[in-house]
Amino acid sequence: MVRRLEIGALPCDKYLIMKLNWSFLLAFPFFSVFALFFIIPLTLTFIVSFWDYTEYSIIPDFIWSNYQYIFEGCFDFNVDACLTFRTYASTLFYCFFAWLLTLIIGFTVAFFLAFHVRSLPLQIALFLLCTIPFWTSNVIRMVSWIPLLGRNGLFNEFLLNLGVIQSPVEWFLYSPFAVLLAFVHLYTLFMIVPIFNSMIRIDNSIIEAAYDSGSSGLQILTNIIVPLCKPGILIGSIFVITVVMGDFITIGIMGGQQIASIGKIIQVEMSYLQLPAAAANAVILLTATLLMIFAMTRIIDIRKEL
Amino acid sequence: MMHNKKFSFYLCLSVFIAFVFFLYGPTITIILLSFQGPEGGLTFPMNGISTHWFTKLFEGGGYVDIGAAFRRSLLLGTIVMVLTVVLSVAAGMAFRKRFLGSDTLFYLTISSLIVPSIILSLGIALEFRLLDETIKIIGATFNIEWILNDFQTSLAMFSSGLGAQLTWTLPFGLLIMFAVFNRFDKSLEEAARDLGASPWQTFTNIVLPIIGPSILGIALFGFTLSYDELARSSQVMGATNTLPLELKGLTTTVTTPVIYALGTLTTAVSFCAIFIFLSLFLVFRNKANKRLSKEVAPE
Repeated sequence: MVRRLEIGALPCDKYLIMKLNWSFLLAFPFFSVFALFFIIPLTLTFIVSFWDYTEYSIIPDFIWSNYQYIFEGCFDFNVDACLTFRTYASTLFYCFFAWLLTLIIGFTVAFFLAFHVRSLPLQIALFLLCTIPFWTSNVIRMVSWIPLLGRNGLFNEFLLNLGVIQSPVEWFLYSPFAVLLAFVHLYTLFMIVPIFNSMIRIDNSIIEAAYDSGSSGLQILTNIIVPLCKPGILIGSIFVITVVMGDFITIGIMGGQQIASIGKIIQVEMSYLQLPAAAANAVILLTATLLMIFAMTRIIDIRKEL
Repeated sequence: MMHNKKFSFYLCLSVFIAFVFFLYGPTITIILLSFQGPEGGLTFPMNGISTHWFTKLFEGGGYVDIGAAFRRSLLLGTIVMVLTVVLSVAAGMAFRKRFLGSDTLFYLTISSLIVPSIILSLGIALEFRLLDETIKIIGATFNIEWILNDFQTSLAMFSSGLGAQLTWTLPFGLLIMFAVFNRFDKSLEEAARDLGASPWQTFTNIVLPIIGPSILGIALFGFTLSYDELARSSQVMGATNTLPLELKGLTTTVTTPVIYALGTLTTAVSFCAIFIFLSLFLVFRNKANKRLSKEVAPE
């Protein structure tokens, strides 16, 4: 940019100086937060992942052993030997089902709000109704499943009274089921908002034209609404998948501290001050997450759709 | 065709109603159970109705100092809110034009939303740990007394903790500003400029009243997201803990309705914040709409 100013060949150079001054200055505090608390930390994580460590200190170095340790036994054609791959497999399992459930529920809810609620105030009110829990504490929202799902919880009592089960179901709480339930409970909103946003932009005349030319409701859904909602679906999917990939709190609380996740491994390594090991795990987790996002944007080109 | 549409309506309606119950049911359950009688346990039935567990909560009753954590969270939430509003509005104004690095900054902001929180928390903890070591080395080399004797760590609620939370609240703030300026009528500003208003006058008299309601939205996001933030703060709060961090610890140790009482209390604070901001939002918007319709189109 500076060089272009020096050459001074472009007619918009004076304008460029303005751009440099005002807008840049206005955005500078915002930028510096991200420089200090985003760029530098991530860069340091990458650097430190090659460092050595002892029980009480971290030592600048360039070694691969943190990575080697993570993949120890992973290429021996013995699935049980590799903790890392098993943990990723388990995390991917949660990712897939959390994604599928939040997508189905989120799409239906957004569809209802966008196409079936006709009055604008009601639409806003119902939309807010879905959004408000997002502004309350996630931990409390997880804790609040205890009286419902616990051993003596409402669901067990209800099923016992009905005679469907003879003894309380144990896997309602502190189980993979509970973890998945909490993911859907906490993160369906991440699907609703972007999909709803895509839906209200759809021109009603397109749908009317399709009706007039004899399309069925299902055809309109699959040929018009779903394709036009792709950007919203993609944004929602990215949110849900990244949040589940790095999760350690939901899996910890709802899984009764019994289920492994990459986030949890990082957290435990940090508590033992094995920072370089945690950093190496973080680099791999970030790479895996970015690869998934990249794959999704290959399937749907978000810039073309917007 | 009509039949189809009716079917779709009832299907979607029932999913929506079920979803709302699913969203709010558990919260309502613990609010009820927090008024459990003194003999009551973690599940139904209600054993009488009392405020026993709230009294217990305020007494402390052997648990961590909830009151202090609560005040810390409120203070941090307020500071994060103010910074989020000021920085997002400034950046939002800047983004109305392209500037040096505007694309980069946009992608940075979006990436911050989708980078797994634990990674960022680790990174910030690392950064401050290395900063500590540097400060200690400086202290040792130049024999600076207070560093040698008193310095422990720079990791604290209002340094690393604040920064970590801002990486989570600022992207929401900026996205709201984008939504606002996408629908912003620039001719009002131009009219003000033509009438001789200075840039600052244009901002305070024209732009600010119009974007005012949305600023309240940013404030709502800033406060509530900070007040409940857990994943990013988890590794960087230093010696003190915020309320969500204390809560997370309590989930494994407390086995009485005290935890429900605490849950009811924090949810009440969140609801108060939401209610205040939303009603202010409505008041401001109506005012702005009225003023606009009066001043711009007097007919």
